[in-house]
Amino acid sequence: MYAVVGKSLTKYYKNLKALDSVTFSISAGECFGFLGANGAGKTTLMSMIYGFIMPTSGEIEVLGKKLQKSNLPEIKAKIGVVPQDNNLDPDLSVLENLLVYSRYFDIRKKDAFNRAKNLLKFVGLYEWSNANVRKLSGGMKRKLIFIRGLINDPDLLILDEPTTGLDPRSRKQIWNLIESLKHSGKTIILTTHYMEEAEKLCDKIAMMNKGKILLIDTPENLSIKFGGNLEKVYFEMTED
Amino acid sequence: MNFKRALRVWQRNATVYKKLYRSSIALNFFEPMFYFLALGIGLGGFIKEINGLTYLQFIAPGIVMSSAMYAACYECTYGTYVRMEYQKTFDAILATPILFEEVIMGELLWGTTKSLIYGTIILIVMLFFGLVNNFEVLLLLFYLIFCGLIFSSLSLIATALVPGIESFNYFYTLFLTPLFLFSGIFFPLEEMPSLLKSVFQFNPLFHLVNISRTLFYVGINGFVLYESIYLILFLLFIMPLPFLLLKRRYLL
Ligand SMILES: Nc1ncnc2c1ncn2[C@@H]1O[C@H](COP(=O)(O)OP(=O)(O)OP(=O)(O)O)[C@@H](O)[C@H]1O
Ligand SMILES: [Mg+2]
Repeated sequence: MYAVVGKSLTKYYKNLKALDSVTFSISAGECFGFLGANGAGKTTLMSMIYGFIMPTSGEIEVLGKKLQKSNLPEIKAKIGVVPQDNNLDPDLSVLENLLVYSRYFDIRKKDAFNRAKNLLKFVGLYEWSNANVRKLSGGMKRKLIFIRGLINDPDLLILDEPTTGLDPRSRKQIWNLIESLKHSGKTIILTTHYMEEAEKLCDKIAMMNKGKILLIDTPENLSIKFGGNLEKVYFEMTED
Repeated sequence: MNFKRALRVWQRNATVYKKLYRSSIALNFFEPMFYFLALGIGLGGFIKEINGLTYLQFIAPGIVMSSAMYAACYECTYGTYVRMEYQKTFDAILATPILFEEVIMGELLWGTTKSLIYGTIILIVMLFFGLVNNFEVLLLLFYLIFCGLIFSSLSLIATALVPGIESFNYFYTLFLTPLFLFSGIFFPLEEMPSLLKSVFQFNPLFHLVNISRTLFYVGINGFVLYESIYLILFLLFIMPLPFLLLKRRYLL
């Protein structure tokens, strides 16, 4: 069973080719990482999986259904997104951010409240519940965005650089959370610039360069093939 | 388009507004009241009567409509633009089950709500001034919604077309201000040169002001219904445009 299948996905932004006939499949329950330099096309690809960006050509299947407008709401209801950029609501408090977001999923207020409370406790933001999000530090915002992506208890998680800007302890904490999500059977798609993170969390890795997927393999196999750790693989594969 | 999901977007804006309205409500309130008092009392001293109304009576119904118009416009130009381009609120919402046209519908309905809120406040003030003697004026609430839908749509079209937030100046100065001044709020358009008169027949605010004045002092009649037909046609014609144009601007 595949959670996501991409077939020859190509994306042009005007004349810029951001994705070049990308094909991949992600099994359900797997943690799948996309690695590659800035501008390689990772965020573009992630945004396609939840229908935010439409491919110029190619097809995409998510949770067993071909992604199209008619089933987009139903599919998106089962996805949790942690975007690369901060898009919290700056006029709302920490808790309100989670509650307003949960309304988009039609989650009952009481359930949303309980869930928000637990998630806030888990990442140590509970004391900040009523603070305006503008008052949070960069890393705290990141954590809030992370748990916001979990508010609908998604089957598929899309994590675009989830731990960028986190201190080492917070990063470990998020790693543990990702691992426990994985153990509970969720499919996780992740981009990161931290090789250690990819090595630790990912069952499979796709190496991207200039809009193309160069190869897909397990971190172990990659290390064996290239005779070194993932960092060595990265530098060898993404040469200019 | 799922209406319930569009209302979720409306609800997000309402939640934010509930927190912040104290800091903005006064602005929206005082501006029309300054026009009303300065012109109504100041200029009114020089003008005996227009069509049997004192000058204060003459301009009051139009001020209600124009404040509703400006409320929708501020919301759906600056408000929507900031949410779309700066705060990335649309990005966040689109990662949830909500679809793009539902976001736009939510914005449109929210702009309309602002029209209703501010138009009603000014209407209540006019009631306190003792300017209305006819309870059919309550039908005006319905036309405030109309006003909101029309001007929210026009504003969202502007939002789809501006290259940057500074460009809204053009929308206000070259488009909205003439609509406001040549709407029959401050003087009857009948006396204008016939070319101008026929141009401003297209001004939706002109028809809304006609309706408002009739509801204030006469009540519902054939003229109100006749004017409504123009507004319905106008609305049907422009309402699809914000959806098409914003989609073109925003979706990659
Ligand atoms: N909205 C956009 N409009 C035009 N071009 C874009 C847009 N978003 C991305 N691009 C371009 O598409 C290419 C891929 O960008 P993308 O954001 O997918 O890269 P990325 O792999 O996520 O990079 P990073 O590691 O820096 O996050 C880049 O060349 C970028 O300039
Ligand atoms: Mg990126």
